[in-house]
Amino acid sequence: MSNLGYAVSDTLVLAKRNFLRIPRAPDLLLAFTVQPLMFVLLFAYVFGGAIATPGHSYIDFLIPGILVQTMSFGGFVTALGIAEDLKKGLIDRFRSLPMSRAAVLSGRTLADIATNVIQITVMLVVGVIIGFGFSTSFLEVVAGLLILLLFGYAFSWVFAFIGLTSSSPEAAQSLGFIVIFPLSFVSSAFVPPETMPAALQWFAEWNPFSIVVDALRALFIGDPAGNSVWGAVAWSLGIAIVFAFLAVWKYKRAVVR
Amino acid sequence: MPAEAAIEARGLRKAYGSVEALKGVDLAAPAGTVLGLLGPNGAGKTTAVRILTTLLPADGGSARVAGVDVRTEAPLLRSRIGLAGQYAAVDENLTGYENLEMVGRLYHLPKGQPRERAKRLLESFELADAGDRLVRTYSGGMRRRLDLAAALVAEPPVLFLDEPTTGLDPRSRLTLWETIEARVAEGTTVLLTTQYLDEADRLADRISVIDHGLVIAEGSSDELKDQLGGESLEVTLEEEAATEAAIAALASLCAAEPRRDDGVLRIPVAQRRGAVAEAVRRLGEAGVGIDDISMRRPTLDDVFLELTGHAAEAEDEEEEVTSR
Ligand SMILES: Nc1ncnc2c1ncn2[C@@H]1O[C@H](COP(=O)(O)OP(=O)(O)OP(=O)(O)O)[C@@H](O)[C@H]1O
Ligand SMILES: [Mg+2]
Repeated sequence: MSNLGYAVSDTLVLAKRNFLRIPRAPDLLLAFTVQPLMFVLLFAYVFGGAIATPGHSYIDFLIPGILVQTMSFGGFVTALGIAEDLKKGLIDRFRSLPMSRAAVLSGRTLADIATNVIQITVMLVVGVIIGFGFSTSFLEVVAGLLILLLFGYAFSWVFAFIGLTSSSPEAAQSLGFIVIFPLSFVSSAFVPPETMPAALQWFAEWNPFSIVVDALRALFIGDPAGNSVWGAVAWSLGIAIVFAFLAVWKYKRAVVR
Repeated sequence: MPAEAAIEARGLRKAYGSVEALKGVDLAAPAGTVLGLLGPNGAGKTTAVRILTTLLPADGGSARVAGVDVRTEAPLLRSRIGLAGQYAAVDENLTGYENLEMVGRLYHLPKGQPRERAKRLLESFELADAGDRLVRTYSGGMRRRLDLAAALVAEPPVLFLDEPTTGLDPRSRLTLWETIEARVAEGTTVLLTTQYLDEADRLADRISVIDHGLVIAEGSSDELKDQLGGESLEVTLEEEAATEAAIAALASLCAAEPRRDDGVLRIPVAQRRGAVAEAVRRLGEAGVGIDDISMRRPTLDDVFLELTGHAAEAEDEEEEVTSR
């Protein structure tokens, strides 16, 4: 088999390993699915009343934002899993095998697509229960879901890098929060950026989170799309490529302890 | 021309920040032999294993394993080695069987072989009954055995085993020894680090003793023991007060200065034959009561103590420093 052939087959072997983990050790996934659910309830019922979203009910405005945040929370499962593999010496075992150098990570991120699908499903079901409704065509909804998955995939690579960079699973978790909090809150996910001070507003408008959220609002609830759909695809691909490169580079040098 | 050594390292150096873990280590193991790497905690054994298995780049020196260079031909090298690290590296959320099969696939074994080898290894490591259970339900010793089985999946020509029997019960230990011996009989080369000197004594053809990042002695187990001189008579007296009388009675048997530790008298003897009977007779005449008497060769433990100045299973040096 060619090198590329091995890279693909090794990736599938590792994806299967991570996939089997989902039903066997569901606690992590559960925790990081419940967290965004709590945000839904918090924003929908606690803060929501105070946030004006012209043209939409707050639930309709909120769900695309929460979905994007959910994808980033999904990344914690990735980072913690990899940090644990590193700590337990599994990464050492893999690095001593004649397997593809990218497969541990590409297998992981591939399996993460499955966890992301589960999280999106849970979130949408809860969203619909509390009053969310699509107001666009079926194809637009599908396109939105694909963009969401692409963005989730890109964030898996970001978190794979975080997992490999951290000295412990606990450190990976803190580092993850430091990255996710500003990105998700200083964005259009929960409040319209126009209400923020100028500097934050500037950040929120360029924040890839906002661009993906705007793309989803266009594809789910019919907001004007502008360049957001292509912007979301471009950002996701860019993040995936840059962080895949960084993560694989880090993997080759990974040291336990 | 002699066959190329299966493991050959020259002048390996490695520093972690300011800690010099290896300061120029030479190692050699001809194909089909077992090289034992002995050394106290922190000596640099694991560091050497990690360099030879491509996990860590050396700062200096060169090494060849299974005919290929560690630095420049790492991908090829990895297909020719098996590694069982110091801590069992197995996936908790897979079954024993799934772990082995996964490793077999990642070695790119031909179709069907990962399955077959996984089953066979589970049998030979007495894990067949537990093979379909998740590893997180395994005991420490079972994980250890699974980890060792994983190192053998590809039947690689060179094996690296970092403290393979730590945490195994005596029976599992014996099984593992037999497994290693069987692999070596088929031509496998093994580098083994261990804290158990009986293990090195039994398995290793050559032993390198390393301490503070340097090889301080090298040779077969017999050669190392011979450095400490010949045999001695060990006498445990009924009453410690009789020690002087005993030494006087045995004076003419002594080949060197007698030593005493905790009521045990060690008398180096020139002549092994008849020494015990003669000693019993003389002590009897002198009226000294004997609790136990035997001939003893220096063991590897003695060699180790003598060379490193501390016992094989002594505390980690760093721990001593911090607890002070
Ligand atoms: N990742 C690391 N960072 C810093 N220092 C390290 C690292 N790994 C090992 N060391 C240091 O290098 C030295 C050699 O360590 P090594 O693990 O090779 O010893 P060892 O002979 O395998 O010991 P043990 O018998 O305890 O397993 C020790 O002083 C250790 O503290
Ligand atoms: Mg060690």
